[in-house]
Amino acid sequence: MKILVPVKRVCDPDNANKVKVSDDGSSVTSDGLEWKPNPFDEYAVEAGLRLNENAPKNEKLGETVVVSFGASDVVQTMRQTLAMGADRGILVQADDAELDSMVVARALKSLVDAEQPDLVLMGKQAVDGDSNAAGQMLAEMLGWPMATFAMNIATDDGGKTLTVGREVDTGVLTLKVTLPAVVTVDLRIVAPDAVSNGVTPADHKYNDGARYASLKGIMQAKKKKIDQKKLGDLGIDTGLTTTYPKFELPPARTGSCEFVETVDELVDKLHNEAKVL
Amino acid sequence: MTDVLVVAELMDGGLRRNTLAAVTLAKQIAEGTGGAFDILSIGEGSKAAADEAAKFGARKVLTAEIAGGYYAEAYSPTVAEVAKGGYGVVTATASTYGKDLLPRVAARLGAANISDIRGASVDGGNVSYVRPMYAGNVFGTVTANTDLAVVSVRQSEFDAATEAGGGSAIEEVSVTSDGAASKVEFVSLESQKSERPDLAEASTVVSGGRALKSGENFKTVLEPLVDAMGAAMGASRAAVDAGYVPGDLQVGQTGKVVAPALYVAVGISGAIQHLAGMKGSKTIVAINKDKEAPIAQVADYFLVADLFQAVPEMAEKVKAVKG
Repeated sequence: MKILVPVKRVCDPDNANKVKVSDDGSSVTSDGLEWKPNPFDEYAVEAGLRLNENAPKNEKLGETVVVSFGASDVVQTMRQTLAMGADRGILVQADDAELDSMVVARALKSLVDAEQPDLVLMGKQAVDGDSNAAGQMLAEMLGWPMATFAMNIATDDGGKTLTVGREVDTGVLTLKVTLPAVVTVDLRIVAPDAVSNGVTPADHKYNDGARYASLKGIMQAKKKKIDQKKLGDLGIDTGLTTTYPKFELPPARTGSCEFVETVDELVDKLHNEAKVL
Repeated sequence: MTDVLVVAELMDGGLRRNTLAAVTLAKQIAEGTGGAFDILSIGEGSKAAADEAAKFGARKVLTAEIAGGYYAEAYSPTVAEVAKGGYGVVTATASTYGKDLLPRVAARLGAANISDIRGASVDGGNVSYVRPMYAGNVFGTVTANTDLAVVSVRQSEFDAATEAGGGSAIEEVSVTSDGAASKVEFVSLESQKSERPDLAEASTVVSGGRALKSGENFKTVLEPLVDAMGAAMGASRAAVDAGYVPGDLQVGQTGKVVAPALYVAVGISGAIQHLAGMKGSKTIVAINKDKEAPIAQVADYFLVADLFQAVPEMAEKVKAVKG
């Protein structure tokens, strides 16, 4: 099937506690932090590649196209996903300040209209804005079914439907959606047996996590095509629906960490000092 | 004057208690702007849930009966139609239900979507919201540029609304549907019932990490402490990924955000993604062999010990203290 995977570039999520806010509070700065693909989007790339391959034979079954928004140097992050095995990319040039979930969803809709994929597969949220909204908004705009928080995906009915296990806060909710559809993935979508496409043998075990690019993959990625478009040329309403007048760092937790050596000391402090027992 | 529509979450044919966090936001905005708030009870069992929802001071409670298991495509057209009835804010609690449904409603209405807020302030007729970003490392203040704002509420940051006395009028609304719903089939919901308090609402949470080493040890080592404390049990991603406990116990960026009075992290190193789900807790205790573990950045008390000795001893001593 043809799969479109939107991938956002974010500052290193494992160092998110090092982001800063400008003196006037008008912006968040991540100077000194490395750019990475949003982890949930990277998992979506992995899931898309698994859906679109016969793994033991290393055969491709369909095209996987990655889409990103941002400055022209975002192509470097896109190349990482092309090196994993995605086939080509589309970069929508835009300034971060021009984007919110609504504008991104509208822009993605225009790309879906042009590309006609069977599936849009993306992370459940970008770990900078943490909104968890663009996929759902895109599905509504397209009139497509969706499955969010996906932890497993299986193709059914000769590739016409997907059965998706959603990791919800009361357990696992399973939906069957008719393609074309939008699926947003959670982190367990990269478990060894999370994706089943009916072609890769069921006993094939993937590694846990997103695949690493091979040296060959990295070389090939340099030649793969990345189309560049301008946000303003997509013919969509680019009006922002939200405004962020101020950012701030959360107040530091009061007090400091008190180390104790014995259970008696801990229980005593919780009972008499913190008064939570 | 801003009128607010609360979209209730239903569970097992009744009102899910987490809805009351969104009701608290609705009351704040309605009172601050001189408006009113209504509650939409939508799903299977909407009438029974409406009887419960009617106790919290809403101007009215609307019901829309939709049989079968939940999926957003079946709900968003009706929520959007109701929302057009003069509301300035549509809100729900940011559970996986609210996070799934509300952005579809926002897109349908061309309205600003504002996710997972930790607070709101009303200044004259204007409402602004504060939301955690970057795994809780930045708070952003945000306002809507559209007449209608669709807002989900982080449950751990809003008190549950209390009963207001009296009952709201209950009205049925018609169900609207479109083609998207026919492309989805609800297959199943597998839930594990627990006698313990709900993780998102408990005043004490005891979470275990990979250092527990097995699902069996969660049962034999951790659970006695959980129960001695009357706590809910949580887990780190590593413990869930290793298969020790199901995913609905996970605390963090994936999983639940909790802010109990007491959070005890047992054998959890404290990755940023875990801290994002618990650092709003009032008192944080870490039990870990490694005193360099990053959980120390947020812990108030840190017991440096082997958990397999410390946890059973603590269970006994907590029982003694609690009498």
